[in-house]
Amino acid sequence: MDYNIPKNLKYSPSHEWILIENEEGIIGITDYAQDQLGDIVYVEFPEVGEEFSNGESIAEIESVKAVEEFNIPVSGKIIEINDEINENPELVNESPYEKGWLARIKLANLSELENLLSSENYISQINKELED
Amino acid sequence: MKKVRENRNLIFTKAFESAEDNYIPDLDIPSSNLDDIIPKNLLRDNLPIPDVPEVEIVRHYTDLSQINYGVDSGIYPLGSCTMKYNPKINEKIVKLPGFSIIHPLQKKNEGAILLMEELSQLLHKITGMDAFTFSPAAGAHGELTGMFILKKFFEQNGNQKNKIIVPDSAHGTNPASAKMAGFSIIELNSNEHGEIPLEELEFAMQEGDVAGIMLTNPNTLGLFDRNILKITEIVHKYDGLCYYDGANLNPMLGICRPGDMGFDILHLNLHKTFSTPHGGGGPGSGPVGIKEGLIQFLPEPYFIGNEKIDKEKINISHSIGKMKSFWGNFGILVRAYAYIRALGKNGLSRVGKVSVLNANYLRKRLQEFYHLPYQRICQHEFVLSDKNFPNKITAEDIAKRILDYGIYAPTVYFPLIVDGALMIEPTETESKEALDYFAETMIRIYQETQNKPEFVHKAPHNTPVGRLDAVLAARKPVLKE
Repeated sequence: MDYNIPKNLKYSPSHEWILIENEEGIIGITDYAQDQLGDIVYVEFPEVGEEFSNGESIAEIESVKAVEEFNIPVSGKIIEINDEINENPELVNESPYEKGWLARIKLANLSELENLLSSENYISQINKELED
Repeated sequence: MKKVRENRNLIFTKAFESAEDNYIPDLDIPSSNLDDIIPKNLLRDNLPIPDVPEVEIVRHYTDLSQINYGVDSGIYPLGSCTMKYNPKINEKIVKLPGFSIIHPLQKKNEGAILLMEELSQLLHKITGMDAFTFSPAAGAHGELTGMFILKKFFEQNGNQKNKIIVPDSAHGTNPASAKMAGFSIIELNSNEHGEIPLEELEFAMQEGDVAGIMLTNPNTLGLFDRNILKITEIVHKYDGLCYYDGANLNPMLGICRPGDMGFDILHLNLHKTFSTPHGGGGPGSGPVGIKEGLIQFLPEPYFIGNEKIDKEKINISHSIGKMKSFWGNFGILVRAYAYIRALGKNGLSRVGKVSVLNANYLRKRLQEFYHLPYQRICQHEFVLSDKNFPNKITAEDIAKRILDYGIYAPTVYFPLIVDGALMIEPTETESKEALDYFAETMIRIYQETQNKPEFVHKAPHNTPVGRLDAVLAARKPVLKE
């Protein structure tokens, strides 16, 4: 498997990652997800200040192949979105964990992090998907 | 493939300076000064209407028509779209003055209304539904109409059900229509057979807030859900209603009826199943059919197809309201009527059977080369995948390469539940020769992916324009020159 799945992140089964900094998190889609989607051409973002509960769709990611929903991996409030993506959606493909981050959130419930996958578990999930 | 004209420009760029052949007659009334009639700020110096001799205009549009591709040119295996041949007799009939030069507000329209009444009776026999509205202008408009009816039904009964179950093998418009009607969506993942997992369905229904299910059957994998009777039974057990997306009705014509399987509402795509020009060729028509108990919610106008129902006793006091002006896309109704009457019961069931036979013939020939994720007898269509393709060849590459052989491409990247999907629907229209040509072309392309992958990756090579940069077009669209 040639995907980059950093160890310091948590993952959702629907291919989102979260980086935790105190009670805030930065979220985005994984390398595997961007590869499956293909060239991303547009991201429709939520409003800053909106609150969502875990698993809710907060954005739509449009690629040349499909439009996929982006689900928030844990409950929280949007405190910043990555404006760069509007101008350069290819950042999500080129740098899914750094320049291609999607939003910064304030977590509503830290204990929800326990339900997310570690990088090892996420890697075994995508290996299974690739086999099917 | 036709030789490509090199100077194919827009008609607007084709001004011939010397052309004086502009057909405007000499003025035979006193002339006036423009400035005296029209305020100066509304005048402009330049109006780029091309000044082109008639013969050049004719050549321009003839040339464009020759690079067009339609089912009259060859096989059109665009899965999910049922691009069948449209018999020319339908066009002749719809152009009869009694159908073509009438207006809905004129005093006498008995002929047109009789045709719609008879069409509703025929559709009753074909689908098992009791009454129809012909208002919806296309399939998704029909879905929305159906979802409004469903919503009104629960509101009327004082019931707060606000969720709709949509399997991941449904048409993409299903969740959109339910959402537009105000429902939230529960997505059910298909099982390994491409069918609805019954336990999960029952689990979702038990919550008590689910208004019903929208089922595309055969689904977007081209598979008939073998548990269909159990599905409607489970949904009804928890007081839900069952909606049938009838866009894929073609293989079932004359074989089985959604009304007999327990469905309460359905929409049809007359412009797919019952010929009529569609795709780029004309407007659609997405009638909604319902069971007797839901008649009171229908939009006007409506038609009772089941002659056993006493029309005098019908009350539509709870109608969802108007969905479209006048009678819907009437011309499409005439064509569908002509198609049904020309084929009759036996002809229609032959349509269904041959569409299944043709799809399975292609499936069988192609599955030796291409990955077939759901290994089952299919209905009218089947889905291949670009998985395991050598040299990073994608479904898009295959589709582009097919164009080089003078064939329209299958649907790609849909349904989403198959990675790199190629969705193939030949329809009953195609002869064995046409099917063989398609199959052999696909097999040849498969061999090319191994022998000359770069060539396939850069296809098409023989079309008027080569591979377009879809990513750049989407990221940085130039919408105005």
